[in-house]
Amino acid sequence: MVMTVKTVLRAAAGLSIVGGLAAGAAMAAGGGGPTIEQQKWSFGGVRGHFDRAQLQRGFQVYKEVCASCHSMNRISFRNLSQPGGPEFPEDGVKNLASTYQVVDGPNDQGKMLKRPAKPSDPIPSPFDNEQQARSANNGALPPNLSLIARARGIEVEKPFWMVPVHMVKDIGTGYQEAGADYVFALLTGYADVPAYKNENGHLVLIPAAQAKGDKAALRCATVDRGEPGKPDVCNKLGDGMNYNVYFPGNQIAMAPPLQDGQLKYSDKSPETVAQYAKDFAAFSAWAADPKLEERKRIGLMSMLYLLITTVLLYFAKKRIWSKVPH
Amino acid sequence: MSNHESSYVPKTRIEKWFDERLPLPRMVHSSFIDFPTPRNLNYMWTFGGILSFMLVVQIISGITLAMHYVPNDKMAFDSVEAIRRDVNFGWLLRNIHAVGASMFFLAVYLHIARGLYYGSYKAPREILWILGVIIFLLMMATGFMGYTLPWGQMSFWGVTVITNLFSAIPIVGESVVKWLWGGYSVSGVTLNRFFSLHYLLPFVLVGVVALHVWALHHVGQNNPTGIEIQTKSDSVPMGPYALMKDAYALFGFLLLYAWFVFFAPDYLGHADNYIEANPLSTPPHIVPEWYFLPFYAILRAIPSKLGGVIAMFASIVVLVFIPWLDTSRVKSAKYRPMFKYFLWAFFFTVIALGYLGGKPAEGTYVMWARIFTAYYFAFFLIIMPIVGLIETPLNLPRSITEAVLGKGGGALPGTVATAQAEKR
Amino acid sequence: MASESKKGSATGAAQASGHGHGEHGEATRRDFITTAALGWAGVGGALALWPFIQQMNPDASTQALASTELDLAPIKEGQAVTVMWRGKPVFIRNRTKDEIAKAVATPVGELSDRTLASDKDRTKKGKENWLVLVGICTHLGCIPKGQSLADQKGDYGGWFCPCHGSHYDTAGRIRKGPAPRNLEVPPYEFVSDTKIRIG
Repeated sequence: MVMTVKTVLRAAAGLSIVGGLAAGAAMAAGGGGPTIEQQKWSFGGVRGHFDRAQLQRGFQVYKEVCASCHSMNRISFRNLSQPGGPEFPEDGVKNLASTYQVVDGPNDQGKMLKRPAKPSDPIPSPFDNEQQARSANNGALPPNLSLIARARGIEVEKPFWMVPVHMVKDIGTGYQEAGADYVFALLTGYADVPAYKNENGHLVLIPAAQAKGDKAALRCATVDRGEPGKPDVCNKLGDGMNYNVYFPGNQIAMAPPLQDGQLKYSDKSPETVAQYAKDFAAFSAWAADPKLEERKRIGLMSMLYLLITTVLLYFAKKRIWSKVPH
Repeated sequence: MSNHESSYVPKTRIEKWFDERLPLPRMVHSSFIDFPTPRNLNYMWTFGGILSFMLVVQIISGITLAMHYVPNDKMAFDSVEAIRRDVNFGWLLRNIHAVGASMFFLAVYLHIARGLYYGSYKAPREILWILGVIIFLLMMATGFMGYTLPWGQMSFWGVTVITNLFSAIPIVGESVVKWLWGGYSVSGVTLNRFFSLHYLLPFVLVGVVALHVWALHHVGQNNPTGIEIQTKSDSVPMGPYALMKDAYALFGFLLLYAWFVFFAPDYLGHADNYIEANPLSTPPHIVPEWYFLPFYAILRAIPSKLGGVIAMFASIVVLVFIPWLDTSRVKSAKYRPMFKYFLWAFFFTVIALGYLGGKPAEGTYVMWARIFTAYYFAFFLIIMPIVGLIETPLNLPRSITEAVLGKGGGALPGTVATAQAEKR
Repeated sequence: MASESKKGSATGAAQASGHGHGEHGEATRRDFITTAALGWAGVGGALALWPFIQQMNPDASTQALASTELDLAPIKEGQAVTVMWRGKPVFIRNRTKDEIAKAVATPVGELSDRTLASDKDRTKKGKENWLVLVGICTHLGCIPKGQSLADQKGDYGGWFCPCHGSHYDTAGRIRKGPAPRNLEVPPYEFVSDTKIRIG
């Protein structure tokens, strides 16, 4: 008990704490690494709306690639045909659902049974429980992707005097796509482990072009810079881990999930990792916020109404006070 | 208010009948229509009305959310997601409530800042001010417990850290924490009681707000000059003058509120709270909601656990004593050349502490947090008493009317205005 | 306002000026913009109530669960089962020849609720032995007795509601007692010879 309390307090006081009003809500789950770039999304901004074809392709990426490990069970099949989403035809969704088996019951004999899924069922998870998921993935838990685009953000390094500028910009543009930016960056962020050469205890990065095939180079996922007089420490890639530029700590258990040409798109979109990643990121953004279009539509009308009312009230107020110096 | 006669005249026989039996319309009329309002109030005086509105919005949206929310550690997160996804307009209600909390605090901070700047805490408004501090504390408790309810990672670990503050109390600390938790850790039991209290406290708030308004109507409003109303020409009736101004300001405020609700609903929150609470894994960065950051910075600025907790609570409790800590006979900082700068420095300090509260507690951030914490307390405990004694205030106008119309204009405007009115 | 202006004229300057709407032109113009502004604000306030009302209606997940499938094969003649549909009990009875005959023989004119009340209207053609009903008494929402063999089935051999004594016949029609309408037939269809989908 005492230990717990102390540990928690130390965690609270000792660990670095980022964000809040000043830093804004946009932040990564930790670590350094290069700044994640903001992408252009059709659903960004005041009049943002999803690109149906993109969401449909994004679902295809999920279904054919991600779904083998990642659950997305906050989405039901019916959501795939609802307005503001991928808007697959209802019959298609019904047929799609019936290709999945879900556990139901107990039946009259008291036994659990499998039946084809209905549109009202959530998309079945690849694993029955966390333990099964971990044991199938070298102990790593593939996170549920239903909310991933809301549960992740990006961190922008900025000096404190720039904070108000960023605040005004992010609030003013209604920037809420940090999660999608992160998902895209992560999926496209796989790379060779950076190579370093040791110069008197100091590790110097070798440019990627020269590092190819350099057997003597040290491969370090991250480098801890030593205090003055002490050598740098090279953190090698762990067993079964993969190097990712954007993942906090740069070591990720998930192997690169996407390859060029891996999926056949039925439209003419390029079949590249970047396109797959972008389509899935958009789909995850919808999955995390399926009412986005309704929100922005009602939002625009509400803002317009409030603006008119405010102007009217201003003139009413002016008129009433016109004879009273104040 | 006791010093003005009610001008309420029932217009119909039904109103007359009602008035003789329960003079409620008369009370409302004299409190919110006839009530003399200083004519020189600026827009900083509109936040009282805005706050009342926000309290009602939070209660109504909260009650509707409670119709769908499940206060159970296994289902809380899912039920919030169901609200966002499936409940009709659930996303809207949830945004109104979550963003509303932030807007409520934004308004209350501006309201407090106005009170500090114009000396609204000074006699005869000490009780009014102290009731305000109680409202602020209740708001913080309500906001904190409300943030627990979605049962995300930040909810869970926020509660864990903040309830652990009480373990700093000597001897009984550990027992108090166990009592708060209803167990040996934060659990579904804790969630359930926080839900109950989160539902209760707003109604306690309504009661204290009623007292706050009562006290306000007894002593009358302060104003930018800090001079009390002396003659009729110093004031205008609340209706329609102040009411219309309040309505205009309210809608201006709603524009900002609606922008967040519809276009940046998650800006003020934390991404980690979209991850379901996991008692086995602390997020790498724990931050409270933005409106607690200055106090969080004070907590972390003190190197001892108990000291930090005491400093944090003291930073709010000290507000109770400022009516007596401020020794100046002048209310408004407008006429206090020295105090004014210290006060602006204080406002800057609070913002700086807010920034630091969201930064890692290491290196120069800690040093700056300590410097600003020192100034925070020095402002109330040293600067307020001393500056009041050594400062020479500017010449005050003799009355509100004079302040508005210039010297010797006291009698003039009426004639001008009346003449204008007649000409039309 | 009228009362205030009386007071205002006798008192302070600001108030006098504030209440200076003695002339009608002034008053109308001010009143117009004020009324327009407040009226417009009021309209918005009323519209803003809509989400707060609408949120109490069935949500999307509830609406999606609107159909139930059932295999009729195990239900023998004379037996009945109760299934849940939209949180309500649905009675499914495999009627005997005698029960069908009784229901068909009853002239519609004798009934108190005559809308689509003939036995033909309450069953599917070729499947007249199957009677599917929402098992909720149309009086005040109790669940009538009559599903199990031991139950009291009322004077007309169908169902009997114990709450206030409503008697339903073998086609689920109200024959005696306070209930105003026949038991409701839910929307359903035969998806195969022995399988129905309700909803």
